[in-house]
Amino acid sequence: MAAQAESGGATTDTYKEARTWLLMPAWLVLLVLSLAPVSMILIYSFLTKEFRGGVIWEFSLASYDQFFFDRGLFGDEAPQIEWTYITIFWRSIWQAGAATILSLIIGFPTAYFIATRSEKVRPIWVFLVTIPYWVNLLIRTVSMKFLLRDQGPLNDFLLSIGLIDSPIHIVNTNFAVQLGLFYSYLPFMVLPIYASVERYNFALSEAAADLYATKWVTLRRILLPAVKPGVIAGCILVFVPSLGSFLAPDLLGGAKNFMIGSLIEEQFKGNAGNWPFGAAASMILLTMVLIILIVFARRQAKAEKREG
Amino acid sequence: MPEDQSIAIDVRDAVKRYGDFTALKTISLSILDNEFFTLLGPSGCGKTTLLRMVAGFEDVTEGEIYLYGEEIKNLPPHQRPVNTVFQNYALFPHMTVLDNVAFGLEMRGRSKAQARSRAGEMLELVQLSQFSNRKPSQLSGGQQQRVALARALAPQPKALLLDEPLSALDQKLRKAMQLELKHLQRETGITFVFVTHDQEEALTMSDRIAVMSEGELQQLGAPRDIYEHPHNMFVADFIGETNLLEVSVDTIANGRATCHLGGGHELTCNQVDGIAVGAKVHMSVRPERLFISDDPAEGESLKGRVQENIFAGTDITTIINLADGPNFTVRTSNSNRGNKRIFEPGNEVFVNMELGAARLLVD
Repeated sequence: MAAQAESGGATTDTYKEARTWLLMPAWLVLLVLSLAPVSMILIYSFLTKEFRGGVIWEFSLASYDQFFFDRGLFGDEAPQIEWTYITIFWRSIWQAGAATILSLIIGFPTAYFIATRSEKVRPIWVFLVTIPYWVNLLIRTVSMKFLLRDQGPLNDFLLSIGLIDSPIHIVNTNFAVQLGLFYSYLPFMVLPIYASVERYNFALSEAAADLYATKWVTLRRILLPAVKPGVIAGCILVFVPSLGSFLAPDLLGGAKNFMIGSLIEEQFKGNAGNWPFGAAASMILLTMVLIILIVFARRQAKAEKREG
Repeated sequence: MPEDQSIAIDVRDAVKRYGDFTALKTISLSILDNEFFTLLGPSGCGKTTLLRMVAGFEDVTEGEIYLYGEEIKNLPPHQRPVNTVFQNYALFPHMTVLDNVAFGLEMRGRSKAQARSRAGEMLELVQLSQFSNRKPSQLSGGQQQRVALARALAPQPKALLLDEPLSALDQKLRKAMQLELKHLQRETGITFVFVTHDQEEALTMSDRIAVMSEGELQQLGAPRDIYEHPHNMFVADFIGETNLLEVSVDTIANGRATCHLGGGHELTCNQVDGIAVGAKVHMSVRPERLFISDDPAEGESLKGRVQENIFAGTDITTIINLADGPNFTVRTSNSNRGNKRIFEPGNEVFVNMELGAARLLVD
């Protein structure tokens, strides 16, 4: 027995050691692919811009100053709040939020539908949902522009059935951008919700119906709270990339519907770029996203405490 | 049960089909007001399907279901004034125990305060008041069971449907809950429809039992009636333990049938309809209706040899082999041990029984 206990102790040590080594890839990924890039952007945002792109290694707050303040053409006037970028930011949040809500409205019933099919056909439905996403995002977004344009199939169809008299202008509107974002990230909404609805105990819905709850009340008071983690995950997964997206706003939104992703993209593209300014805008975007998520999580925790 | 008792749930020629598969084959039965009624049968016999049809979770392929005279088969579940205790309780995990119990009351239009105060009373009834603010996951299986019961009883349903509610509990707790349920039914005066595959549970709790098998009603009656007078082989075999033998009818006279058991052994039973001389039928006799003795007694006697004794606490089971004939299982109570002789394996003995203890079954 004693010998066994000893060897048992040895095994535990081996496990500990093994665990340290086995976790290394995870730490490495976090360090190399997440912390290091963010740190680089943070550093770059405080550097001075080089005119043909790139940076001069000299500390400067100029990028942040440029983002928030207007000091006139030559930089010698009294600082005023610069609304250009804040407006772009605000529009981005609004567009990403609308795309998220659109995804939720379409994605939730889709996920529910798939999760309530028989076990055999569920993987087929999931597969079907993901198929369009095997095509490159750029191609999908360009195709969407062709579908939506004034002489495109959508307008042709609506004209032919007599629903409209003249083509509706969808391309180069906010709505087109929302549609594009919605279509870009829909599976990120469907899949987490599907996963949580699939795990949902449908006897709970039966119990609610048995206790005189209508379908709507059952959805609101029993199903939704149970699948909330999936819904939240889906919303974050759609909202965050939508916020920084530049393909859909560029291709579908036109110049008037500029979003933060395009702004950042431009700073790094070609000779007109300003790397520190792009890095600063990225950091501001990152901070905003974090603040939104933290506020949301706090409110969530509070609501749960209240219920409990 | 009194004759003038009104009918709570009336199932008329109900059929349930899933595609080609028939789960219920034309069932008709009437469940009386204020009755503890049990649907008993092995898994897959259609008992749960029938219960779910009453609750509204399954639609009725053919036939009708009436609740106190009102046809309910086209009402959605949330409009049927019956409540269900689910097999795994189906308590709402994100709500407190109190809110679970108050849910049905709220849905019926009570204010939140009213619903909660009534829910509190219900929790008192099942002795769980101190757990009002816990989440279901923080309760034991037995406690969850009682919450489910309180939740289903709170809106004062016209009938309470219970779908194998005790199957997840351990033996001891189950026994206690059986009595508690029966008392609760008496106190509330609500009609209980109880589904189980456990025949002992059914016998203990029910006013009447419907024994089902393969989508068909086998027998309907009081527990004692079903136990003592099983209509067919399935019921005799499923309810309790029995000696089930294949016999052939030798003579029929004066309401008695003399049957051949094989090996030259003969036994006289009461005649039943549908048998004829020469017919091969089944005979059932309960082990506790048999007595072992050195001498043949009045009534029916069979001579055999003790093969084995099995001690099981409250009683002793003895297996007796008739020469060239079948085996009999005899159960002897362990009470009054002093007066009883224990026969050892190899002893020559007589298996005695009253006339009528052995029953012929037509099937």
